[in-house]
Amino acid sequence: MTDAHDLETVRTEVRRLADKYGCEYWRGLEPDRYPDEFVADLTSHGWLGALIPEEYGGGGLSLTGASVILEEIAASGGNPSACHAQMYVMGTLLRHGSDDQKRRYLPEIADGHLRLQAFGVTEPVAGSDTGSIRTRAERDGDTWRINGQKIWTSRALHSDLMVLLARTTPADECERHTDGLSVFLIHLRDPAGELVPGLTINPIPTMMNHSTTEVFFDDMEVPAGALVGTEGNGFRQILDGMNAERILIAAECIGDGRFFVERASAYASEREVFGRPIGMNQGVQFPIARAYADLQAADLMRYRAADLFDRGEPCGPEANMAKLLASEASWAAGNAALDTHGGFGFAVEYDIERKFRETRLYKVAPVTNNLILSFLGEKVLGMPRSY
Amino acid sequence: MIVVVCVKQIPDPADPGALDPDTKTLKRDVKLILDESDSYGVEMGLQLVDAAGEGEVRLVSMVPNSEVSGLRTALAMGAESAVLVSDEALAGSDALSTAKVLAAAIRRCEPDLVLTGTESSDGYTGTVPAQVAELMDLPSVTFAKEIAVADGVATVKRQTEDGYDEIECSLPAVVSVTAGVVEPRYPSFKGIMAAKNKPVDEVDLAALGIDPGTVGWAGAGQEITDIAEAPAREAGEVIVDEGDAHERILAFLDDLKIL
Repeated sequence: MTDAHDLETVRTEVRRLADKYGCEYWRGLEPDRYPDEFVADLTSHGWLGALIPEEYGGGGLSLTGASVILEEIAASGGNPSACHAQMYVMGTLLRHGSDDQKRRYLPEIADGHLRLQAFGVTEPVAGSDTGSIRTRAERDGDTWRINGQKIWTSRALHSDLMVLLARTTPADECERHTDGLSVFLIHLRDPAGELVPGLTINPIPTMMNHSTTEVFFDDMEVPAGALVGTEGNGFRQILDGMNAERILIAAECIGDGRFFVERASAYASEREVFGRPIGMNQGVQFPIARAYADLQAADLMRYRAADLFDRGEPCGPEANMAKLLASEASWAAGNAALDTHGGFGFAVEYDIERKFRETRLYKVAPVTNNLILSFLGEKVLGMPRSY
Repeated sequence: MIVVVCVKQIPDPADPGALDPDTKTLKRDVKLILDESDSYGVEMGLQLVDAAGEGEVRLVSMVPNSEVSGLRTALAMGAESAVLVSDEALAGSDALSTAKVLAAAIRRCEPDLVLTGTESSDGYTGTVPAQVAELMDLPSVTFAKEIAVADGVATVKRQTEDGYDEIECSLPAVVSVTAGVVEPRYPSFKGIMAAKNKPVDEVDLAALGIDPGTVGWAGAGQEITDIAEAPAREAGEVIVDEGDAHERILAFLDDLKIL
């Protein structure tokens, strides 16, 4: 569904639902409370299952449509990072899972009975060098035994399931260091809701309310059936999902940027100092106008990338450029909003400082913008590898 | 149980356009949305059908063009179908003409109960619900805050200045629902998708057997003679407490005849 009228309807209805909560709600969650009420509401109205095909009980929405959902939450002053992964982490299962796995899990993910919004990839040592992860999964009869550690695993404490990337063949036995990795769909909790044996999850306090964690696996047993797709092919399987993630996060940044520009332009027009609106000063007005222009340009790339994705065409460069441009545009818009508001921008009740902290993340996550530049330089422009 | 809910599609209050200086009426050539004051009737209807365990909500609306976007919102909330009276001759219809057209459309739905808002957010005459009831020779109950239906009888709590009256009336009846008495549900994604395929029966005046000369500008018994800007809000009175603030506030309220 990418019909313009349908997208407008999605935008209108998601915004109405998001406005029911408003900035006061999000402010009240600081510093570390999870937006359970908002996520439950969004789930029960079908928005978080929107990307799951209708045959599995989801909405069958296009990625373009899904990106509008997250954009509008961000533009309302909310923080969609609390739940965006429930939309796209299932993509790995959808594309690479067996029919049994898909039939078993996707309907319950679609209706929210199961939360799959933890993506265990990054590790403390490996960082962006995914091929160097050390978490191991070793076959032991009918089970896999998992040992290792993940970090920056967001929402793990608010998820029932995790998509985990672990090494199943030692790197020195592989042709490439990205070989020998496998994807698992693992249950984090037992039927009583307690974490399963061998699993420890510690929250990591951060500068924004992001529910991120570090996760320890200590001889954790998972059934053989937890393997998703082909053993040893995990790196390529998760790469498939990263374009969707980049595009959705670009849309969130566009929403953040809209929030900043709307707030800043309104304040610049109303606030009078020296007997006239501060927006009459070019030093105030032009950064807001520049941020608006940058956001519009980034938005075009976001839609271009989403359109390619929805048509099943390669979109790696476009998805990465959308994330790069949108995160920089929203950051510039945040700075313009903060400057425009002067001291009030730092006051918690204005929400500028909170959104400023939230949007800053996306220059770094889910991939740092420098790695996007190196990807473009090497893979698109054919220059020597820069790292 | 068939509950018919009358809904109006109005210009978005967030972007309301302007008044036409020639006709002195609101320009309606913009995107129309479901009048929020009608969303309470839709919600009330859905709740009554849920409570009855059977039946459906059907919508009735009229426009001079074929606009359906506001209807789709109500269909996404859970209404099953709609009758849309669409005819160019409807432009300029006054309250009574509106009631005539709605009554004719409602009859096609064979309702057990007809719900309306108390007044539209763009016209504010507040007379259409009672006119529809009169034209259909049905009981009229206004300003409902609660409705219960059992054994062919509606029990309605009708809001008054002091509280509410409890009224019973036989069905079918026309009941206007006060804004804010229920919380209209937000359409779900699946509801929105399903609404695209729900039937909207678009009919013109001829199909309803209504002479175009009796409605619209031609049939209007009401005339808007003048329009003017709303007066600017006057500055408030600031009362600084010098020990007698309470007395001065009381005197102020007394002057306004609020006390």
